Order: sequence, then structure tokens, then C-alpha cells
Amino acid sequence: MTTRIPRIAPSEITPPETYFNRRAFLSAALAAGAGATLGRAAAAVVPAAAGAPLQYRYDAADSVGALVHAPDQDETPNTWEQITHYNNFYEFGIGKGDPARYAGQLQTRPWNLAVAGEAEVTGSFPLEKFLNPYALEERIYRFRCVEAWSMVIPWVGFPLAALLKQFKPTSRAKYVTFETLYRPSQMPGQRVPILKWPYLEGLRIDEAMNPLAFMVVGLYGRVLPNQNGAPLRLIVPWKYGFKSIKSIVRIAFTEQQPQTTWSVAAPNEYGFYANVNPNVPHPRWSQASERRIGASLFHERQATLMFNGYAKEVAYLYKGMNLHTYF
Amino acid sequence: MTDVRTASPTPFLGLSVERRYRFVYKPLVFLACLIPLVWMTCALFGWFGFSAGVDQVKFLELRCGKTALNMMLLTLMVTPVRQLARLPNLVRLRRMLGLFAFFYVLLHFAVYLLLDVDLDWHMVASDIFKRPYITLGFTALLLLIPLAVTSTNRMMRRLGRRWGRLHRLTYVIAILGVWHFYWQEKIDVREPLVYAGILMVLFGYRWIRSPKMWAVLAPLRTLRSAPTHPAPHTKPALPVRAQTERALGASGVCPTSPNGP
Repeated sequence: MTTRIPRIAPSEITPPETYFNRRAFLSAALAAGAGATLGRAAAAVVPAAAGAPLQYRYDAADSVGALVHAPDQDETPNTWEQITHYNNFYEFGIGKGDPARYAGQLQTRPWNLAVAGEAEVTGSFPLEKFLNPYALEERIYRFRCVEAWSMVIPWVGFPLAALLKQFKPTSRAKYVTFETLYRPSQMPGQRVPILKWPYLEGLRIDEAMNPLAFMVVGLYGRVLPNQNGAPLRLIVPWKYGFKSIKSIVRIAFTEQQPQTTWSVAAPNEYGFYANVNPNVPHPRWSQASERRIGASLFHERQATLMFNGYAKEVAYLYKGMNLHTYF
Repeated sequence: MTDVRTASPTPFLGLSVERRYRFVYKPLVFLACLIPLVWMTCALFGWFGFSAGVDQVKFLELRCGKTALNMMLLTLMVTPVRQLARLPNLVRLRRMLGLFAFFYVLLHFAVYLLLDVDLDWHMVASDIFKRPYITLGFTALLLLIPLAVTSTNRMMRRLGRRWGRLHRLTYVIAILGVWHFYWQEKIDVREPLVYAGILMVLFGYRWIRSPKMWAVLAPLRTLRSAPTHPAPHTKPALPVRAQTERALGASGVCPTSPNGP
């Protein structure tokens, strides 16, 4: 079990009172079907000693399996404002501010997750079925966009593997495909055929089962805002951001490698793997370095790390593969 | 230096055309061209409720680049507008627009150099030689330098006919600029295509008006019994053009190429 001691003290990120009752208000929020932001007031409603193990902390003994990747001492997480107002979510428009502007109209409740393909358990399930608040954990991950900018983000969610195992994928399940909601009435960007809608992404099954692959339902201890992919999104921190599909409505286990949206839109620029790799440039720009969003105007670019700094955890997945070919 | 022949029949503030441009129109256009800069500055510092968003570097880079392109297209619009609207004196504003295009291109490059790549010369070099869209943009910047340098009255007089030929580089630069914009776009090329469309209209206009084109089409026209000629547009403009050329020869706008950029 890889458990890491965080190098960023939690208190540096969010006020402690928000921290201690995270599970409480996340579960309260999800149960109540409340909107995107739930402040400390909601947390205070649920008494900490109500019986249920509400307290959740990084260093708590019961948070076994909570991989907290706090990259480096100087890598403080981006602010709520930055994370929620600088988004690529073309379903709401191509501008970085469009998702924050237009995602509010998206109805995320009720939300069903369809499961199909090479698995024993298939069908359509209400999302609540998978949102066991006791299993929620926080992970601070680097987020590297293919456009050569990056952030550090404290996500809340659960391991993808934990979700997928519930469906008992068969031996023929070589890949996992994820699909974003297609609802042009609430997703104005989908009225324009910039990409082939609905958005599709996928992982090889062993990638999907890697402990770093994460299903996200929250941010900064709050319910995930729509513009960040509510109510359920993927985070694959060692891959470029576009792999981390948002607002997922369908998961399918397949034998064939899925035709993922960007790799179909521009096959020479975006591959299926899309691993962060400073040595393989995008055909039109370098991937060797990145700009950290929110750094001061004169802050220098920083070197991009192999697999976004998660090589130790994921490099084995690509042993023997030519990463220039499988970019 | 007033030329009575260019004086408008409707006097404005009792000023001659020459003075009107010098003391009214040019200062106004100058201020208008500074609006994008003022806006970007306000956004950067968050003044008056403007915001540069989360990624200020990208904001500045994009806004400077787009403003430069807008200025470039405005410069190219001067000729058609002055001809179609019969405002030959508009050409007096062209140099300023062109120089503002250069100014914003320099700002765009400065933001890239100082804020985006932080003077990492290795990266700059690899960008310029390996990244086609940056190659295009950088070429456009280089080509603008001789045009800016030769924009003075003295250089115009000194270069004579060659000035007009040199300044036809504007067309090449505009194409490079729009192409640079098009190529950096991740997937949604609608906006660059709008720019390309405007550029095509501006080029198409010049093509239709060019005598060479009609010379090429002449054999076709002879096949038709009633030849139509574009002269109705150009003929009335000629005397005016001759006048302005004389007036402008002294006041420093291209003496030889009123149909130029």
C-alpha cells in the first residue's frame, strides 16, 4: 500500500474547519442534491460526534489508501478561483471562461451511470449508488494540460479501480471507455460540431486499475462545480488533461481500443495514450516545459516531468513501448 | 503646407484638409489605436472592473497578437475605403495604422519573450525553427521591420518608386499573420477563418481593380459583344488621386503607390 506523507500541510490549503468535516458535508451535499458550493455552514450542521466516522484527515489512521501526492514543497495548490475559472470544457464553449459562465445550467441530478460491455455487472445505475462518502479521499495532483500549462489541484473522490471492480470486468475487458453527457440543450458548446460529440475517452484496463487513476466528485472539499466536470469526472494525473473526461454518463469495457475524441479529431497531434512526456513535442509546440497557472507574471516556466512526475507509480505500464510512436 | 485643391467644399472648424488631419483626425485615430493597450493595462491590474482572467500571460499574448492583426487589416482597408467612399485623404492615416500594427506585434513578441518563455533562448530558437506557426509569426515580425524603418518621409522620397514595391510586403505579412493565427489554434479555427475571409475580400478588391487582371481577362471580354469595363469606378477617382499624390508627395504619404498597401 503506497501511503505518502504529504509535504504540504493541509492547513495551508483549506481552513481546518472545512477539512475536518469534509465527509460530513460532502455526503450531506450529495444526499441533499444541493448546488455546487457548500460552505462551512453545511459542514457545521452535521455534528462531528454523530456516530458515523465523519472525520477525515490526511494523517488519520483510517484513511488507509489515501494517496496524497503533494508534488513539491513550493507547489502550492491553485486557488478555487483559478481551478474553476480556467477550464477546457468545450461542451460549454471553447473559451477558458465559457465553462464557468455557462455550466450553471447543467442539471446534474438525477444522474445515471450506464455500464456496458465486457463485465458481469452492466446496466444503468443512479450515481448515488457509487458515492459512498466513507470512501471519499482527497488527492492533491498536478494537472498538466496538453496546451503546456499546469495547475496543482486538491481533488476529492475515490480510486477508479474501486469503481470498476464493482462491475466485475471479464478477461476480455482490455480497455475502458468513458463517455460524457450529450445534452445540447444544456451544453451550448455541443451545438457546434467542433469535436465529435459525445466526448469519448479511454484507458487501457491496467492503466485504469492503477491506484493513481481517480474518480472525482469534489474539489477543495466541496462538491465538484459543473465547469470542472460535475457530477463525476476522471483524473489521470500522468496524462494530459484531455484524457481526464468530465461529466461521465457511460462506462464501457471493450476488447478494442476506443476511438477517443481528440485522437479522432487530430490523429497526428493527440494520441490514445497522451502521457505527459517532455521528450515528445506536440507537432506544433514543445512539451518540455509548462507555465504554472497563477504564478506571478515573471515566474519562470518550469520543466515538465516525465509522466507529470508520477513515473515511479506508472512507468511500468509502458515498459518496452516506444513512447514516440504511442504518444 | 496647405493645398487648396484638396480642400473640402464643406469647411470644418475653418481648417484645411491638411490641418484637419494633422490636428484632429490623426490625434483621434492615435488615441483610438491606444485603446487596446489601455484596456490590456486595466485588465492586467484589475482596474475599473476589467480582468485579464486566470492566465494573464496568455491573455496579453493573445490580445496583443489579435490587436496587431486587426491593425494590419485596418491598414489594408484604407485603400478600398478611400476609393469606394471617395475619401482620398484617408491615406494620410495609413502610416499610423501600419506603425500601430508593428507596435502591437512588438508587444506580442515582447510578451512571448519576457513573460511566456522567460528569455529562454534555447526555447526561443527551437520555437522559431521547429514550430511552424512561430516561424510564420517571427517572419512576419522581421518583414515588418524594413517597412517601419522606411515609413518616414525622408525614406519615401529617397526610395521613390521602390518604396511602393517594398511596401507591398504588407500583403505577405498579413497572410503570414493570419496563417500564424490559424495554425496556433487547437481545433476551433472559426475565428482565424473570419480573418482569412476578410483578407480575401481585401485582396479580391485589389485584384478586381488591378489593370493587370483586366489585361489577363481582355481576350475573354472581346468574345462578348458589349464589353463591360470597370472604369466607371476608377475614372472619377483619377483626378482626385492625382491631386492627393501631389499634396501627399510633400506631406509624406506614398507618392507613387496610391493603390499600394
